[in-house]
Amino acid sequence: MKYLIQIYSNPESRAMWDTFTPEQQAEGYAYYQAISDELVSSGEYVAAEALADASLAKRVTQTDGSAVASDGPFAETKELLAGFYLVDCETEARAVEIAGRFPEAEFGLIEVRPVLDMAARGDV
Amino acid sequence: MSDAVGDAVRALRAAAPSALAVLVRRYGDFEACEDAMQEALIAASAQWPRDGVPDSPRAWLVQVASRRYIDQVRSDAARRRRESLAVDLEPPPTPVPAVDDTLALFLLCCHPALTTPSQIALTLRAVGGLTTAEIARSLLVPEATIAQRISRAKARIKASDEGFRMPRADELESRLGALRSVLYLVFTEGHTASSGDRLARVDLSAEAIRLTRQLHDADPDASGETTGLLALMLLTDARRAARTDDAGAIVPLDEQDRSGWDRAMIDEGVALVSAVLDRAPIGPYQLQAAIAAVHDEADSTATTDWLEILGLYDLLARLAPSPMVTLGRIVALAMVQGPEAGLAALDRAEAQRDGGLTDHHRTWAVRAHLLEQSGSTDAASLAFAEAARRTLNGPEQRYLASKAERLRSSAG
Repeated sequence: MKYLIQIYSNPESRAMWDTFTPEQQAEGYAYYQAISDELVSSGEYVAAEALADASLAKRVTQTDGSAVASDGPFAETKELLAGFYLVDCETEARAVEIAGRFPEAEFGLIEVRPVLDMAARGDV
Repeated sequence: MSDAVGDAVRALRAAAPSALAVLVRRYGDFEACEDAMQEALIAASAQWPRDGVPDSPRAWLVQVASRRYIDQVRSDAARRRRESLAVDLEPPPTPVPAVDDTLALFLLCCHPALTTPSQIALTLRAVGGLTTAEIARSLLVPEATIAQRISRAKARIKASDEGFRMPRADELESRLGALRSVLYLVFTEGHTASSGDRLARVDLSAEAIRLTRQLHDADPDASGETTGLLALMLLTDARRAARTDDAGAIVPLDEQDRSGWDRAMIDEGVALVSAVLDRAPIGPYQLQAAIAAVHDEADSTATTDWLEILGLYDLLARLAPSPMVTLGRIVALAMVQGPEAGLAALDRAEAQRDGGLTDHHRTWAVRAHLLEQSGSTDAASLAFAEAARRTLNGPEQRYLASKAERLRSSAG
């Protein structure tokens, strides 16, 4: 089963991150990298990315067949998607266990969601 | 797939397990032999479509894989020599391959120390003769992930120190049971609805049937369950073409065009299940196959022998109870005694908190169908919507949501 682990940031978590020294931040990145490496070696890794700052997001609108990208303003959201891990593991409990290892879990900023499987299997 | 490629692929996959068994018998080291065989398979898949399939595909694979294996041992030996360690380059003597080698290989791949995803990946590669890339594409995960599952699996097998042998008689049946569930999982992985990438992907249902057939040939099958499993796969896969429409949407059983069902598969499945029910103790796969056979032999849901299906579910509920069996039985009961009886049975089952029934999307889907049949359109629409919300399957979600929508508009 595939699960998407979504890592959010909020004003508190962002403020805490900003207080970190460059060395502490480097340690933080290394911690995420170590989780990725572990997931690769356990055969559960599908994909993982960290997202650039939300201020760089573009809103895309399609009008008359052409797509137009514009900067915000976006609705004021306190919680912003900061990155994700897509894992393929045996149980939801295992996905939750992985998710619990991210520091953001202390702020309640991690969400685990099952991925729809697109196979047409049994009869309905 | 062109004919030359198709012939080459069929030949190499058929020869792969026995060639690997020869290699493991010769050199003893499953881990390294399996790697060498994978390289030989990749070489074969490049060479055979171009130059033709060799007279003895197995001998070709054994020869090329042996060369790869020896090269690998030599380079390891050279490395160790540099580290001034004594090395024995001589391969161990070659015992005569036993007839049950294919079975031993199957069982090794489903070793109880392995996780299910690892069992699936290793079985597809070592017994199925698929490449890591093909397995990854079929399971929609990165190639590195599959490679890692396989290497972990082999490391665990090595650590378990089991070696390449048949399990003891007292553990054989439980090992076979684990193997059959892995094959059934591979089978259910195969029913992809997305047509875009179908050509690039191995048909895992067809592979599962091929492997189960191979197991069936290699296994005396005292329990009758391997035969039951093969029959179940054939009788289920026979309906595959009719199960989805051109747009990939699910067509329910009662609306399927039964002329699109595969007669040859049905005939083979029916023959297998009838023969095994006569000779072996009854088992869960045989019963599920028998249920599938009753469906496959009927002209429509209206003329289906639901009483027979109900009886089979009663047996199954005693032999291998599960929430899905409870639901299947309730559907059959409703077809025999009417939707109200089905709904009452569903209420009772939920009240008993029948392990895992409550809140399961399929429970909601069954309730929705029964409510629809009993004329409670509004309630049925809500139940379909609830089922759609809970399912983890895309095509099923589309089907359930469209049922909810249609009933909502017809009620409105």
